[in-house]
Amino acid sequence: MIETLLQGLLLGGLYCLFALGQSLMFGVMRLTNTAQGDFIVLASYGAISATTLLAVNPTVAGLVLVPVAFAFGYALQRFVLSGTLGRDPLPSLVVTFGLSIVIQNALLEVFSADPRSIESGGLATHSIALPGDLAVGALPLLIFATAVVCTAALQWLFSHTSLGRAFRAVSDDREIAELMGLDSQRIFALATGIAFMVIALAGLFQGLRTTVSPADGPLLLLFAFEAVIIGGMGSFWGTFVGAMVLGITQQIGFRIDPGWGIWFGHLVFLAVLVVRPQGLFPKTRG
Amino acid sequence: MTTAHVIRGTAASQAALWLGIALAALAASMPWWAESSWMREFVEIACYFIFAMMWNLLAGYGGMVSIGQQAFFGLGGYVMLMLGNFAGINPFVAIPLAALVAAAVAVPVSWVAFRLQGGYFAIGTWVIAEVFRLGFANMSAVGGGSGTSLTALRGIEKATRESLTFWTALVCVVASVALVYLFLRSKQGLALLAIRDNEVAAESQGIGVQRMKLAVYVVAAFGGGLAGALYFVGNLRISPDAAFSVNWTAFAIFMVIIGGIGRIEGPIVGALIFWALNKFFSDYGTWYLLGLGLLAIVVTIFFKRGLWGWAQQKWGWSLFPTHRHLSD
Amino acid sequence: MSSTLLRAQQLTAFYGDAQALFGIDFELHAGETVAIIGANGAGKSSFLKCLTGLLRAPREAISLDGQGIGGLPPGHIVKRGVAMVPEGRRLFPSLSVQENLQMGAFARRPGPWTLERLFKMFPILERKRHDPGTSLSGGQQQMVAIGRALMSNPRVLLCDELSLGLAPIVIKEIYDALPTLTGEGMSVVVVEQDVTVAQRVSQRVYCFQEGRVALQGRSDALTREQISEAYFGLGSGLSLSEGHP
Repeated sequence: MIETLLQGLLLGGLYCLFALGQSLMFGVMRLTNTAQGDFIVLASYGAISATTLLAVNPTVAGLVLVPVAFAFGYALQRFVLSGTLGRDPLPSLVVTFGLSIVIQNALLEVFSADPRSIESGGLATHSIALPGDLAVGALPLLIFATAVVCTAALQWLFSHTSLGRAFRAVSDDREIAELMGLDSQRIFALATGIAFMVIALAGLFQGLRTTVSPADGPLLLLFAFEAVIIGGMGSFWGTFVGAMVLGITQQIGFRIDPGWGIWFGHLVFLAVLVVRPQGLFPKTRG
Repeated sequence: MTTAHVIRGTAASQAALWLGIALAALAASMPWWAESSWMREFVEIACYFIFAMMWNLLAGYGGMVSIGQQAFFGLGGYVMLMLGNFAGINPFVAIPLAALVAAAVAVPVSWVAFRLQGGYFAIGTWVIAEVFRLGFANMSAVGGGSGTSLTALRGIEKATRESLTFWTALVCVVASVALVYLFLRSKQGLALLAIRDNEVAAESQGIGVQRMKLAVYVVAAFGGGLAGALYFVGNLRISPDAAFSVNWTAFAIFMVIIGGIGRIEGPIVGALIFWALNKFFSDYGTWYLLGLGLLAIVVTIFFKRGLWGWAQQKWGWSLFPTHRHLSD
Repeated sequence: MSSTLLRAQQLTAFYGDAQALFGIDFELHAGETVAIIGANGAGKSSFLKCLTGLLRAPREAISLDGQGIGGLPPGHIVKRGVAMVPEGRRLFPSLSVQENLQMGAFARRPGPWTLERLFKMFPILERKRHDPGTSLSGGQQQMVAIGRALMSNPRVLLCDELSLGLAPIVIKEIYDALPTLTGEGMSVVVVEQDVTVAQRVSQRVYCFQEGRVALQGRSDALTREQISEAYFGLGSGLSLSEGHP
């Protein structure tokens, strides 16, 4: 039982990385990125290309990928998504949905449908012994640790820096924030850039942990989304907790029957939606 | 003091009505002179079109953007199949029955889905569709993950079956268009437009916003189920992945966005363009889909009211007037 | 004779197709306090929005120190020294009192206004500095909103309906702080629905009516009759009772 719980927590770490970017973009811009999962897959393929073409190890690939992802996200917001923001959720939804289709098919063309993964050089199989006859994989533990660090970093950024203040102000009242002199387009682009840095990490780890194929995106999006809703919108630690709950739920489901894991997650998500729609740890916001 | 008259139609729309009737009559005669592949294509496009119409009703008029309408599409297909295979009901009769079931299911689904708003409502509906898909994939009675065939039509001769399917599709298309058009021109429709424009103001005028939204959601589910049941009568084989694929919604979104959301003629224009693109480019597989995606992005950013909406604004066209303007 | 600091010349403005301002002429001299009064929808807030860059205006229709500022982005205008206390306070709900004030300093200019100075002027805010901005009472929120505008060290302070929703004693407390600002040479534009208050705190008054200037003059020289005529656009000379517009 403890084993399942532990596996669930570690899986939750990955889901947290999936979800943080989503939480950030929605929190600052009220933008729902339906291509979130596909961008994660794109990042995975980016890491795969880097490790195979440039013959570098995953760490270096990651170090290259993260700043590239920042620039990509910044440009995407500045030039593509900025025109879709507004009270109507449809334009941003359609554009990100369109991006999802474009990415999936582009990846299919370039890489074919065969599942690929990143050579982890043994990291994926390495395990660490814990007291009580338990063992955890080194990679899942690393992912979990990264998730904790990213969540803490984002939370700190929002609460204790002037950029975080700007994020909160612009999301509260864009007009008055601009009155104070904020360039909202630049702020939005920065937020998206940061979100994409986390997406890059998520993609890297996903490719290390398991195989990826071009059509994987939508499922990852659903996991990210469920984590955000279960945890409660408006809070990064809430997203973290939501991801933990989702991970544990799925692991319990997997234990009962291999085909039930994901379904269990969906059911718990729907249950939370019915019983406590604001999520477990919502930040009340207008 | 002058009295103002409320004008509902335009000369162009009258002409279009007669043209539409003529086309429908011409189409109805097709089984006697057209190739069977044309009829099969028509059935397929009809399903896409009805689904897109309903999506347009939901999003453009009801203000609810959903990426999960395929839940009702697939449900319609499976219910039709189960009624046909297990209850011995004629599948053609089962089509409207399946649509009714989809509409009924939409009510409890709305209790969950309506907890969310905006973009998150959209993704939430997708999760629900996935739950449906996984549910049916676990039902061995209908073949589980690999699906099953519609055996109830086995006894009918191919040409007859194809003709019947074709006519059913034609009836469904005309019925859906008529349903949506009449609904939007009615008092309820006017209320819907009021809600779309300003929900708070509409509420204060005594319009039951939540009730209207539920009504639209149920109607859209009915239409989605209708399209799904019809599709699998034509296809004869169903599987969870085909029935609940998000591509259905993707194509519907594409058709509506290209044609212009919130306009009745939007899905018609979009379906025509989609059919044409399909005809010429679908052989290109991934590139074709990629192109569709790019087109949707470009149209959304640069032609905010769709290509038809842009034409409407530029040249004042209106085939399906739901607006009323005052004359003096 | 003090110089003209802020000037509007034949200012017109639109919300989409609807015209809000129909050729406003306006002057603010250095160091003075000018009030703008008028009924709802008269165009007072729209005018302030033009001055701060939230509403489009022709470049030369508004000038600060002789330089055209119409249509510039709000950030540029704040940097040149025009700050606004918006109608309804509009504090940031996700930010604390202190953070709200700090936001005002985003485009700060050199000057004497700092957090410490503000806290000296409004001591209650120091006690509540870490509370969410919107958890304060209306009057306290108004102090935060004023402080937020002051943090950029403006030369011109625009106040939109400071008294809205506040009790008379709180209104008095707020407006009693104004002389501290003007004593240091700040120029202030006060938009008010309460005519009595407007006349009391300003040297000159403009009365807007349906997007036009219906009346202007020295605050101590205008009579009740003149004002009510201009306010309502009537020629009947309705008399104004104390405290009611």
